Amino acid sequence: MESVLGRYRNLIVLVGVLFAQVLGLAVQVKRTNDIESTRLIRVWAVGAVAPFEKMLLWVQTTTGGVWHNYFYLRGVRAENRALKQEIERMRLEQVRMTQDADQARRLQSLLAFKEQFISQTVAAQVIGSSGSEQSRAVYIDKGENAGIRPDMAVITADGIVGKVLHVYRSTALVLLINDQTSGVGAILEKSRLQGILRGTPAGEIVLEKVMSDETVPVGELVLTSGGDRIFPKGLPVGRVTRASPGSDLFLNIRVKPAISLSRLEEVLVVTKIDERQAEPERSGTARAADILAERLPTVPPKPETAAGGATSPGASAPSTPDSSAKPAADARPKGSPPAPATNGPAAAVRKAVMPAPSSASDIPKAAATSGVKTSPKPAKPVVEPEPQPAAQDAPQ
Amino acid sequence: MAITYTSGEQVEVYRFSIPATILIPLAAIFLQAWLPLKLHFFSVFDLPLLVTIGFATARRSQLAGLFTGGLIGLLQDALTHQPIGLYGISKTVVGFGASSLGIKLDVENAGARFLLTIAFYVVHEIIYFTIARGLVSLHMEWSWSRELLSGLANAFLGVLLYALMDRVKQRN
Repeated sequence: MESVLGRYRNLIVLVGVLFAQVLGLAVQVKRTNDIESTRLIRVWAVGAVAPFEKMLLWVQTTTGGVWHNYFYLRGVRAENRALKQEIERMRLEQVRMTQDADQARRLQSLLAFKEQFISQTVAAQVIGSSGSEQSRAVYIDKGENAGIRPDMAVITADGIVGKVLHVYRSTALVLLINDQTSGVGAILEKSRLQGILRGTPAGEIVLEKVMSDETVPVGELVLTSGGDRIFPKGLPVGRVTRASPGSDLFLNIRVKPAISLSRLEEVLVVTKIDERQAEPERSGTARAADILAERLPTVPPKPETAAGGATSPGASAPSTPDSSAKPAADARPKGSPPAPATNGPAAAVRKAVMPAPSSASDIPKAAATSGVKTSPKPAKPVVEPEPQPAAQDAPQ
Repeated sequence: MAITYTSGEQVEVYRFSIPATILIPLAAIFLQAWLPLKLHFFSVFDLPLLVTIGFATARRSQLAGLFTGGLIGLLQDALTHQPIGLYGISKTVVGFGASSLGIKLDVENAGARFLLTIAFYVVHEIIYFTIARGLVSLHMEWSWSRELLSGLANAFLGVLLYALMDRVKQRN
């Protein structure tokens, strides 16, 4: 017996070691999402490798910084000029987009939309990968110490990267969106079709669960839908590169990621997302009437007539100002100053049917010509000058 | 030079110093994790596998080979998000097999090492694929052409790596 054991000792040890590993693997597979059982070995492995990666990153950053900041300055002036022009162009664009954003906020507040805002991020550098093509994940140089927690979204300025999977003291493992175990809620920008983004074994990204009777044009932008409760809504994911009928009821849609996932260097970890109801920029309550009134065409100023003479256009429909002005006055709490005219329906209608007074001295005249009944209190807001910014709406 | 059969007494057995035993696998795992970020094509290589084969063929001890392979594999597993044991099992078998072959064959020359590395690379991939699909239910696609090409690339790098490892091994 002993001779048999001695003869096959190595083989028996091999079988024992393999059996132990298979058993351990089976236990891990059985306990899905339980990393605690293997946490110790993962911590050791990451602890052994991460310091070298951080050191190498530091050396690379330092030498690269010295070279680029002090020696290699070729083309910097031209780049500076181009950037200044770009800033000017973007300023103009910003003005236009601010107006659009204000309008969108007002409309969203009317519909009681809730928005997700990225309120806090942590910048991190990619220090290593998992080293396996079956595990598309990278390590970043920030961990528990920097407030990183599992399931936080990882993004760049150009698009999403992945989510935090495992967190260690000073590092964290980020699962990339092209890993086959990842899933991201996504929506197509124009057609608003929703689906689930998944990685493939080859490292590509596909959009699943889009019905095959839908039309998805190549080149359409794919955004996050916010349905996964990890990524905020509206972040760019990539563009559709191919859409073909799949084997079942769904389309087979390939997506090219907006960023190069194999060349990541710096990322942002979204550590805090605020969910709040959209609020318009201006103070006071915006109402549908206000918004509609802003869109109505204004009547050009008429030449002044004798007092009590010809009726103004507003007088031809006197019920409108009256009916609008009354609720505005009634809604005002007792003792409080009168409601601002600009935001009230009365003001809105007045804006639509009568010319805005050009100065304070014109106000009584305008009120007289408009034919609006001006009772002492409620009428006051109506004849207030019409300042544009919300902060200046305070009544006299 | 052709692979020649030699008796157990004729083959030379080598050992590595403790720093080399610890640092070489660590360096291999570190480079495997770091280099693909800078050189994307590097992901076709499996440095920890090459180090496992290098150690196993030099030491010519089955137990040392399987334990070295197992530990390197487990360490490699720990850096991924997959269950631990996929690389561990594959490299345990490769470590055992390479050391067994090292006892029977003369694997000191570059040609033998080249062929040995291709063979063990494919064996490693087959074991990994089988376990990943059968036990962990990972979706994987097998391609003989891709595996053979990767095996060739690993064999070229392996021959260079073994030559470097020869410099730090000591005659037992």
